[in-house]
Amino acid sequence: MQSSNGRPRGGRGGPESAAENHDGFDPALLETPAAVRYDDPWYDALASGWGESTGAGAGAAVPLSAVEAGSTERVNAAADVYLQVQRSAAFQEVRSRYRRFVVPAFIGFFCWYVGYVVAATTAPGLMARPVAGAVNVAMVAGLGQFLTTFLLTWAYARHARLRRDRAALELRWDTQELTRGIRGGAS
Amino acid sequence: MTGDHQTLALLLFSVFVAVTLAITTWVSRNRHGSAEEFYAGGRLFSPMENGFAIAGDYMSAASFLGISGLIALFGYDGMLYSVGFLVAWLVVLFLVAELVRNCGRFTLADVVAARMNERPVRIAAGTSSVTVSVLYLVAQMVGAGSLVALLLGGTDEAAQTWTVIGVGALMVIYVSLGGMRATTWIQIVKAVMLLGGTIALTVLVLVRFHGDFDQLLLSAAERSGHGEKFLAPGLKYGGDWTARFDFISLGLALVLGTAGLPHILSRFYTVPTARAARRSVVWSIGLIGGFYLMTIVLGFGAAAIVGPEAVRGSNAAGNTAVPLLALDLGGGADSTGGTVLFAIVAAVAFATILAVVAGITLASSASVAHDLYASLRRRDAKPRSEVAVARVAAVGIGVVAIALGLLARDLNVAFLVGLAFAVAASANLPVLLYSLFWRGFTTRGAVWAVYGGLIPAMVLVLLSPVVSGSPESLFPGVDFQYFPLQNPGLVSIPLGFVAGWLGTVTSAEVADEAKHAETEVRSLTGAGAA
Repeated sequence: MQSSNGRPRGGRGGPESAAENHDGFDPALLETPAAVRYDDPWYDALASGWGESTGAGAGAAVPLSAVEAGSTERVNAAADVYLQVQRSAAFQEVRSRYRRFVVPAFIGFFCWYVGYVVAATTAPGLMARPVAGAVNVAMVAGLGQFLTTFLLTWAYARHARLRRDRAALELRWDTQELTRGIRGGAS
Repeated sequence: MTGDHQTLALLLFSVFVAVTLAITTWVSRNRHGSAEEFYAGGRLFSPMENGFAIAGDYMSAASFLGISGLIALFGYDGMLYSVGFLVAWLVVLFLVAELVRNCGRFTLADVVAARMNERPVRIAAGTSSVTVSVLYLVAQMVGAGSLVALLLGGTDEAAQTWTVIGVGALMVIYVSLGGMRATTWIQIVKAVMLLGGTIALTVLVLVRFHGDFDQLLLSAAERSGHGEKFLAPGLKYGGDWTARFDFISLGLALVLGTAGLPHILSRFYTVPTARAARRSVVWSIGLIGGFYLMTIVLGFGAAAIVGPEAVRGSNAAGNTAVPLLALDLGGGADSTGGTVLFAIVAAVAFATILAVVAGITLASSASVAHDLYASLRRRDAKPRSEVAVARVAAVGIGVVAIALGLLARDLNVAFLVGLAFAVAASANLPVLLYSLFWRGFTTRGAVWAVYGGLIPAMVLVLLSPVVSGSPESLFPGVDFQYFPLQNPGLVSIPLGFVAGWLGTVTSAEVADEAKHAETEVRSLTGAGAA
């Protein structure tokens, strides 16, 4: 865990991936003690994040020496990295946090919107009922759609910023380290 | 309209064209010609800049003039459009923006093809992207032509023809010379102009009613001649059940189509990270939401101040409600204030069309060069620079759009926009969502999802009352109308999802688990993102 603490994070809306860095090169990594992790990226990926990885993930680890055997195996190993990360507890946590917010929020606003459209077309009597002055139910519902859109936008951005961004960024570096480790080891 | 209006409006518009051409020249002075530069502007825009650019790409003249005009004529029923256009952004924010930024490089097909057998998927997704873009483009070109006729009084066909050709030529210059960077700056300038003009008019309307929204609604209802019915749904879409289902279909297409529009998706690649993509969507939701709230005020304001008869007298579809409102708010037709405000509104509307058209052209040229050309060219042919192909494609698409824009001159603009959204929701959204979220999705499923949405949408339009069978149709003389709705979304969107599912469960191919893991990990963490 301490290896990831040295890295600058947060507020990096800057040009971190502006260059065509398909190989995951990141200058920030070289400036920090985190470069130590280069030696044994497999171990580090599994130990970082929320602690224990699943047993299956650890069992599927390919020793780096085996990777150097041939190009086919190298490709397989690169693919394995993603399977490995996907099975790790840290990634599953990020994914479930994302889904736990997005699925109910999506169902909620979609039903609210479809309900609004259907009500506007099939129940004009209900929608015409006055609320206050010239404002009727339809006007309140329409402006309510605007309000809920703004509120959900704010809630989503806040949730992602506080609950997902940091963990996703750590996983990103770890994953890129792993894929680079494989390519670097074979070349 | 008098000569003063025309002169001033033309002058302002020339200034806009000069400024945007200057931007294009300045931006392209030391271009590298790389694909990254041309399609994604070097991926270096800030979230705020991209948020303004997204808003500029999205707020078309159809919303500025069309929605306000519909509200002025039909009251509440026009407002339903505003709601649909805004709520759609939640789909983009929740399910698409960040994940697409992380997985793709330039186009929609990048995201899908990463998991699949690349060639058929790219051809399918590229075809549907180009189809959607061309439909949207034709709508904007038709809008440009009729706008000139309306605003500058040039009702003769020659003025309309030359406007369409001029808009097409300008957009080709912007896109092929300046690429994404110039297009983005044009969107930003346009978004600021459009919001500035809208805010000024909204403030003037509210000042006229002493800030009393209630009073504004009451005056609008009274002046409309419909009374309280004007403030409730049903005036336009409350007729028979066909009209009601048509509206539900449109509502569905609006809310699901935005996430499948190629020119909106390509905007997420202009920022460095998924986090920046999210923040740019938050910016654009704020800007777009504020804009549509103001169109409601402008629409009811036009009904209360100008009156529906005067609006309808100028243009039966209501497209001139806002210019007429500006004339009145400035102090009337003969005053300086009225002339200036009218000219500003006209210039803003032109700028809007020009900017939207440039954005769509760029996205579709990317689809042609990056997806279709790269997949279809003969293997022994000499590989050409992709950017060179994209520039040629921009010219080609410009020519096609000009030709179709001249042919489709008499079609309703709002209908064409609704159709583009319906096709985007049917053909692009299912394949995008399936490949991001469904572990077992296969190549056959992807291809079926695209064509299973695209073909029904197009066929249903051909069989609809828009094309034949009624006096307002494209071909009023013949009758092969078998589908009652104008908008195919209600049927074709579910068909796209079903086709994707059916293709997947019937294919012998087993989904590659590692590829799915790669897509999932990359989409949520940004590992290996371009």
